[in-house]
Amino acid sequence: MGCNGLREIHVSDVTAAMKKLCVSANCNVPRETIGALERAVETEESPVGREVLKQILENHRIAREEGVPACQDTGVAMVFLEVGQDVHFVGGDLYAAINEGVRQGYTEGYLRKSLVNDPLFKRVNTGDNTPAMIYVDIVPGTNVKITVAPKGGGAENMSGVAMLTPAAGVEGVKKFVVERVQKAGSNPCPPVVVGVGIGGTFDRVALLAKKALLRPVGSHNPDPVYAKLEEELLTEINNLGIGPQGFGGRTTALAVNIEYAPCHIASMPVAVNLNCHVGPHETVVL
Amino acid sequence: MAIEISTPLTDEVVARLKAGDNVRISGVLYTARDAAHKRLVALLAEGKELPMDIRGQIIYYVGPAPARPGKPIGSAGPTTSYRMDSYAPLLMEDGLKGMIGKGSRSQAVRDAMVRFKAVYFAAIGGAGALLAKCVKASEIVAYEDLGPEAIRKLTVEGFPAVVVNDMYGNDLYEEGVRRYRIG
Repeated sequence: MGCNGLREIHVSDVTAAMKKLCVSANCNVPRETIGALERAVETEESPVGREVLKQILENHRIAREEGVPACQDTGVAMVFLEVGQDVHFVGGDLYAAINEGVRQGYTEGYLRKSLVNDPLFKRVNTGDNTPAMIYVDIVPGTNVKITVAPKGGGAENMSGVAMLTPAAGVEGVKKFVVERVQKAGSNPCPPVVVGVGIGGTFDRVALLAKKALLRPVGSHNPDPVYAKLEEELLTEINNLGIGPQGFGGRTTALAVNIEYAPCHIASMPVAVNLNCHVGPHETVVL
Repeated sequence: MAIEISTPLTDEVVARLKAGDNVRISGVLYTARDAAHKRLVALLAEGKELPMDIRGQIIYYVGPAPARPGKPIGSAGPTTSYRMDSYAPLLMEDGLKGMIGKGSRSQAVRDAMVRFKAVYFAAIGGAGALLAKCVKASEIVAYEDLGPEAIRKLTVEGFPAVVVNDMYGNDLYEEGVRRYRIG
């Protein structure tokens, strides 16, 4: 504890935590996701779909036991920090420390480097998977919570935002979400997890959809009205018939997670962000 | 029962494959994805030789994870194929017989498969750890500067895939959704 009740955290501790999280998240599919895949093997009607689900479970077992990434696309490192307002980082630049952890984790952990320096003209691989995409929330207290969610390109490319009008209502939201998943088809490696953001602004709604993917598969929005909407959307999506890997079947999505926020009287933004059946994320508290 | 096939693919083998067939592929696969395709097609446009002979060959859309010491390759599952749609017909015209990826193809690619007698397979997306076990050897043949996007020559044994588009115009994704869609 430093002066004035501040807790000092050395940024090298952040680097060490980041390195560990990058490797671990990519090799260990969340247990809630594994549970949902195991249940899907029992309920899937399509024989081909069941076989695909079994192979996916076998893949995730190999990844965990052998310490290899479940998917070769070890993604862009999405980093979500919740920083206690009474924390004082010492020993260097926090963002540089985060990126150093990414560099070490992706290099020493044999993870794929999937970032290019310039999106349009140069497109040269940065060679160490930096920079991470970093979001910081300031919260009360003296803890630092770090979540790493490696995000692959295939599912990310199927995302969408719509600036709906308030008149569009629940039906408008459902229509947009279901159509996005239908249009994505076999591309995002179904069965998927569907992250939905509703409300906020153009930029905020996309972040809500992404944060919704950090919730465990099988969890529900604490607001019962939104929890019901999650269930209704899951049913509608699974009625699309896309199935595991798009070969046809009942299991197109494992879960629909909604996060919402207040918004302007004129607006009703909606965003969809998809995760594949790997959907990795892992959290540590310093 | 899976159909055992080996590369290079002949017209006779391609003619036998139907959408929905499970196959196990043995032989050589060339890896190429976005950046490598851009370079390959630029070479064809200039009338130059490709760095590998693609006649009868299969291109696997993959950017593998780095190999751990003692292993030929890291995780190596398919990437989404539609990003290669604008390049694929030219490669088929040059003799390419097969593609492995995931996700549906454009009508232009499907038409080219019929015209040039080629086939599109899907491997399980996100099963990179499992699929890597079928890769017995890997060597870079071109564009090392592209890192994970370099062109590699993979030697595979029993690589599992499903025929999505055959040379008769069938599409497994469309058929699957038709069968299981409710409402």
